[in-house]
Amino acid sequence: MNNFFIILFHTYLSKLKTKQFIITTIITAALMVGLAYLPKLIESFDKDNTERIAVIDETGQLFEPFKKQIATVNTDVKVVRYTGNNEEADKKVKDGKFDGVLELNLTSENLPAASYRAMSIANTSVPGDIEASLQQMKTMMASQQLKLTQEQLGKLYEPVKLDKKALEKDAKTEEELNQARGLVYVLLFVIYFAVIMYANMIAMEVATEKSSRVMEILISSVSPIKQMFAKILGIGLLSLTQLAVILLAGYFSIKQNLKTMEGGFFESFGFGNIPVGTIVYAVIFFILGYFLYATLAAFLGSLVSRIEDVQQMITPMTLLIVAGFMMAMFGLGQPESTFIKVTSFIPFFAPMLMFLRVGMLNLPLWEAALSIGIMLATIIALAIFGARVYRGGVLMYGKSNSYKDIKKALQMTKQ
Amino acid sequence: MVLKLEHVTKKFGDFAAVDNLSLEIPEKEMFGFLGANGAGKTTTFRMILGLMDPTAGNITWNGKPINYSTSPLIGYLPEERGLYPKLKVRDQIVYLARLRGMQKKAVLKELEYWLERFKVPEYADKKVEELSKGNQQKIQFVAAVIHKPKLIILDEPFSGLDPVNVEQLKEAVLELKEAGNTIVFSSHRMEHVEEMCEHLCIMQKGSPIVHGSLKDIKRSFGKKNLVIHADFDLSWLKELNGVTSAKKTPEGIQLQITGESVAEEVLKEIFGKGFIRKFDLEEPSLNDIFIEKAGASYE
Repeated sequence: MNNFFIILFHTYLSKLKTKQFIITTIITAALMVGLAYLPKLIESFDKDNTERIAVIDETGQLFEPFKKQIATVNTDVKVVRYTGNNEEADKKVKDGKFDGVLELNLTSENLPAASYRAMSIANTSVPGDIEASLQQMKTMMASQQLKLTQEQLGKLYEPVKLDKKALEKDAKTEEELNQARGLVYVLLFVIYFAVIMYANMIAMEVATEKSSRVMEILISSVSPIKQMFAKILGIGLLSLTQLAVILLAGYFSIKQNLKTMEGGFFESFGFGNIPVGTIVYAVIFFILGYFLYATLAAFLGSLVSRIEDVQQMITPMTLLIVAGFMMAMFGLGQPESTFIKVTSFIPFFAPMLMFLRVGMLNLPLWEAALSIGIMLATIIALAIFGARVYRGGVLMYGKSNSYKDIKKALQMTKQ
Repeated sequence: MVLKLEHVTKKFGDFAAVDNLSLEIPEKEMFGFLGANGAGKTTTFRMILGLMDPTAGNITWNGKPINYSTSPLIGYLPEERGLYPKLKVRDQIVYLARLRGMQKKAVLKELEYWLERFKVPEYADKKVEELSKGNQQKIQFVAAVIHKPKLIILDEPFSGLDPVNVEQLKEAVLELKEAGNTIVFSSHRMEHVEEMCEHLCIMQKGSPIVHGSLKDIKRSFGKKNLVIHADFDLSWLKELNGVTSAKKTPEGIQLQITGESVAEEVLKEIFGKGFIRKFDLEEPSLNDIFIEKAGASYE
């Protein structure tokens, strides 16, 4: 077998078999499955959650309509007419017999007013529901007082009609945009974490071989350039394996749960029907981003002599990825801003920002193609330059670990 | 299969690590490379292996440049030992040997032979980090020669080993030489080179200061050592003509003289002055030659 493939498969298989890899993969996959079951889980904890509210109705005419009204808003709220005085009611709340006390009154204008007391008002949903019910009652009573007909009332409350229509063909509707945003958001996270993690892995791998000095034997049998790319591809294959396991675990558990979460979190996040194009772009941009940063990481890793120095060396690279991610987070809200448009053509940010744009907007094909082209050119340039640094870097041992070493590394192999 | 270096120079910036080095290493020979740290030995080896390109000059093996297509024919033991610490010896050797063009099956067979030979067959399933330094070195040596290379480059093969292991390794190296391989090895132990090599080269600051066959080097050096053990004072001998240096020893004196005739003179001078227990005319050691040529001692 060709040396290239020997190294590629050695890198891939030896990493695949490590405990660390297996454990991270299992834990992450389990997290994905757990996330999919989360709504069910929350639901099951929420089962026995009826709120009992004591209602003191001093007017004697508000309780019944309120009871009817609140039942339509939230069936978990149970109202009980309470005839004692306020202090007694408050005491019952403190004892835990009731969750809250509601005092209903009429104002001087004969409209409903109320006060609500509970142990804690941190949970806003119950007061909110009460308020909504009372608001409804107030509207009805006020309109009766004004002697409005049902028709007049209907006119008053008819929502205004705003027809939104994008002029661009195939432009995404607001709803579609929201859905795309959810999916893009999740995939951006995946790209971000994966690129950081695997680029780190490459740098560590190179530095380990260098610090254990096995490098010198390796490069005397296989050219450093071949070795560098075999390694990058080997780890790349590893990353795809890991992502495939995790994403498949996530996909199937979400699919299983999809029925129970109609209209819920996942649907609004765009998992209802996943557009194939977005996934394809995610894979393309992940692979490009990986190669870009892996090449960078490989030659940076070749410059250090000790594993301890790897982090220091690749910190600027990591910051570049973080910066890209931050911009992408900003871009989620304003994908059409000029800033995002410009940065999506800068190769180091393009994997996340161009993905964001193709995921959320309807871009002409040439824009994505141009960005991909720029990235490919950068990867090739980096690879040529990186391979030269790598070739000298792996032979260099010393305590200095600065970017000046790049010059020294180039000198090592210069004729 | 002559290894030829022609006017090889390697510069790092303004610093010349190797300066105008010309060597010819004959086939099936053991060639010794001597030099202090920083003399340019490792850089020379790296250039021979093609890991670095020389700034000027040519390196050819059998008339052709050495590159990755010849790597299955070359074995290399680097000065800084290096193996994957977390990998088992067997996996490690299989990986490295396959990169040198061997089939897995053949590697396993050869590995068995070598581990048997070094009396450590139980190490095959151990991780390298679990082995002692000396044993790691044996594994490293196995990694360098398992693919039956024709040209073997050993950078300081005996450093850091105990005498028993040095003997074991020496034996293995000599055997490889007998089998018809060309071996280049560096050492800063003069006696190893003296004992094993026909040809040698002493490097200092990137240039060869002595180069040729061991016999020729010693003969052309001219000077000899004269060791005298006697009960009376001998220090005045250093004033004699033809004595270039003198060193007091616990039992007498060691003189460096320019030729045999001087020894005769010395004998005449001390004859009858007292009891002489030893009067010995010796060939100069490599160490003497090195000190003389380089003007500095090695260790």
